[in-house]
Amino acid sequence: MSLKVYVPQDSSAISVGANAVAEAIAAGNTDIEIVRNGTRGLFWLEPMVEVETDQGRVAYGPVSPSDVESLINQGILDGDQSHSLSLGLTEEIPFLKNQQRLTFKRLGIADPLSIEDYVAQDGFKGLARALTMTGQECVDEVKTSGLRGRGGAAFPTGIKWQTVLGAEGEQKYIVCNADEGDSGTFADRLQMEGDPYALIEGMTIAGIAVGANKGYIYLREEYPHAHAMLNQAIELAVETNYLGDNVLGSEHSFDLEVRLGAKSYICGEETALLESLEGKRGVVRAKPPLPALEGLFGKPTVVNNVLSLSTIPVIFADGAEHYAGFGMGRSLGTMPFQLAGNLKQTGLVELAFGVTLDALLNEYGGGSASDRPLRAVQVGGPLGTYLPESQWQTMMDYEELASFGAVLGHGGIVAFDDTVDMAEQARFSMEFCAEESCGKCTPCRVGAVRGVEVIDKVRSNTDHQENIVLLSSLCNTMESGSLCAMGGMTPFPVKSAMQHFGEDFGISSSKSNEQAS
Amino acid sequence: MSRDTSQEAVLERASLRASVLDAIAANKHLKGSLLPILHDIQNSLGHIPSEHVVDIAEALNLSRAEVHGVISFYHSFTTSPHGKTVVEVCRAESCQAKGGRLVEAAVKAKLGVDFKQTTDDGEFTLEDVYCLGNCACSPSIRVGADIYGRVTPESALQLIDTLKTADAS
Ligand SMILES: Cc1cc2nc3c(=O)[nH]c(=O)nc-3n(C[C@H](O)[C@H](O)[C@H](O)COP(=O)(O)O)c2cc1C
Ligand code: SF4
Ligand code: FES
Repeated sequence: MSLKVYVPQDSSAISVGANAVAEAIAAGNTDIEIVRNGTRGLFWLEPMVEVETDQGRVAYGPVSPSDVESLINQGILDGDQSHSLSLGLTEEIPFLKNQQRLTFKRLGIADPLSIEDYVAQDGFKGLARALTMTGQECVDEVKTSGLRGRGGAAFPTGIKWQTVLGAEGEQKYIVCNADEGDSGTFADRLQMEGDPYALIEGMTIAGIAVGANKGYIYLREEYPHAHAMLNQAIELAVETNYLGDNVLGSEHSFDLEVRLGAKSYICGEETALLESLEGKRGVVRAKPPLPALEGLFGKPTVVNNVLSLSTIPVIFADGAEHYAGFGMGRSLGTMPFQLAGNLKQTGLVELAFGVTLDALLNEYGGGSASDRPLRAVQVGGPLGTYLPESQWQTMMDYEELASFGAVLGHGGIVAFDDTVDMAEQARFSMEFCAEESCGKCTPCRVGAVRGVEVIDKVRSNTDHQENIVLLSSLCNTMESGSLCAMGGMTPFPVKSAMQHFGEDFGISSSKSNEQAS
Repeated sequence: MSRDTSQEAVLERASLRASVLDAIAANKHLKGSLLPILHDIQNSLGHIPSEHVVDIAEALNLSRAEVHGVISFYHSFTTSPHGKTVVEVCRAESCQAKGGRLVEAAVKAKLGVDFKQTTDDGEFTLEDVYCLGNCACSPSIRVGADIYGRVTPESALQLIDTLKTADAS
């Protein structure tokens, strides 16, 4: 058997040169097998090359094509670890070692498209178990796990499934929300590129649970690589009967189709997403009716995020109690946090709920990439609050964050150093809302445009005091008068920026607290 | 607006229409087929020709206004042709935190256009994009299926030069 060398095929790894590195290694070494695995999620080290040894896999990174010659000469194919890019055993790298990967237990280990490797790593074990259970037993298992939606709203997944199970109707649908619009987040993409069968398995189990035979993955157009991976994985799963008619010889059939979004952030909101899947403008629907009862094409529909669905297999394979054994309070299980922005060590950190933001930033993230002090951290995507240092001891748990108006959202964490201008950030939040509003309600559609104008006046010191007051009341109007969280939460980053970083708006800090409230 | 009736213009319209009809035929069987149809047309033609919207509308039993409404809602769809190469620069927060605004400015200055505009020579269209899921390697740029990470103003300008040469050869 030839020596295995791993070079990730993840699109972020490729974005920093992984393909060129793989080619350079292959060029001089015909007797080795290059495996294009998924990424391990240690992105500051990408492209990260791993070599199989008797002790385990040894990692090197970040490797550029021009490093390859010296690495080979130094003897990395014989397990040499003295090169300056050597990182030692992959599994011993603290960033990885100190994680609790459940949803992402397979990430980066093998070729993501190999069904054989997937099965060897407990893949389809959950599906096999679900096939022996009734729909109600499946739903109960999800309820027991405590899993809450990872797309942002954190609604209990089991309860959503129960509603769909109980709904009348021949035709029901499972829709996977793979719109991953939140900036600073990439875990859905890692899941789909790095372990696509887990999503397929999770959706199939959802189908068995609620009685749906058709699933759609609504994927953002910005992810061409994930699109290709999903289509290949679906094809292979159909060939091996993990998908399609009579899954694994059972009475359950399940078909899966990928549909592309078209660069619209609001289409991540579940009802706008359904409109878009139906071929319409992505305008938010008023609720009720709940999508669970009248969803896609008017039929009962489960809409779940990629991570929620991809966590289902491990819950079914290892048992709901095992999963619920992680986490705290009402936030059970693990959360895939995504470290982005100005951090030394960016990447995926899956941990039980309850870790502090500070630990994520400084222990896992290694502090700022620029070596300047970190100043503000946006948690939970573009609609999430900016947290100043005084709030970094917060434990990452849905309720803890909510207690002061922050959100965990999809788990994105974007750090800024002290060069950030928070008034500019606030302006961007309003600009983004103006650009992406679906237009259905006035406070959002018009409010965001006005918000940009008002912040411009504040920044140029035109009628400063008046405009500060105006901005606060505009925020309140948007919060209380918008139909969905787009208009309703855009004020979160804006108000938190004003409240904690008042000096950037030309207001003194004692005053900024009053202004923003 | 008077129609160009020169032979070339007629042929051009016929070939555009053929692409539109192909896209309709390839996707019409799908439920909710409008977006897949529009994607196919946008991909093959670089835009969705307004004068053939009527074909889509007829095939799907929709009004022309409805189809236009959908096209105008989504940032991916355009009714006028874009440049040979579309460069998408990420403007979202993680990229901002890593100097993305400098990359934006450098690319704009180099191409001499703003977002959503095409260079006079028809070579490049510059688009803004809000996150490419590449945030752990910010700042990011996308060109077609290729994503570029850890971009600096300098490397962005080099990239554009490379794309120019690749296009010319
Ligand atoms: C403006 C807006 C954008 C959203 N974007 C996404 C998204 O990109 N991905 C996602 O999974 N959920 C998104 N959501 C949340 C969805 O509406 C919905 O709660 C989620 O798909 C349900 O799945 P879950 O329970 O598994 O999280 C968004 C919500 C809003 C209001
Ligand atoms: S808040 Fe904005 S995005 Fe949401 S429904 Fe209203 S207009 Fe549409
Ligand atoms: S914010 Fe630019 S790639 Fe995510």
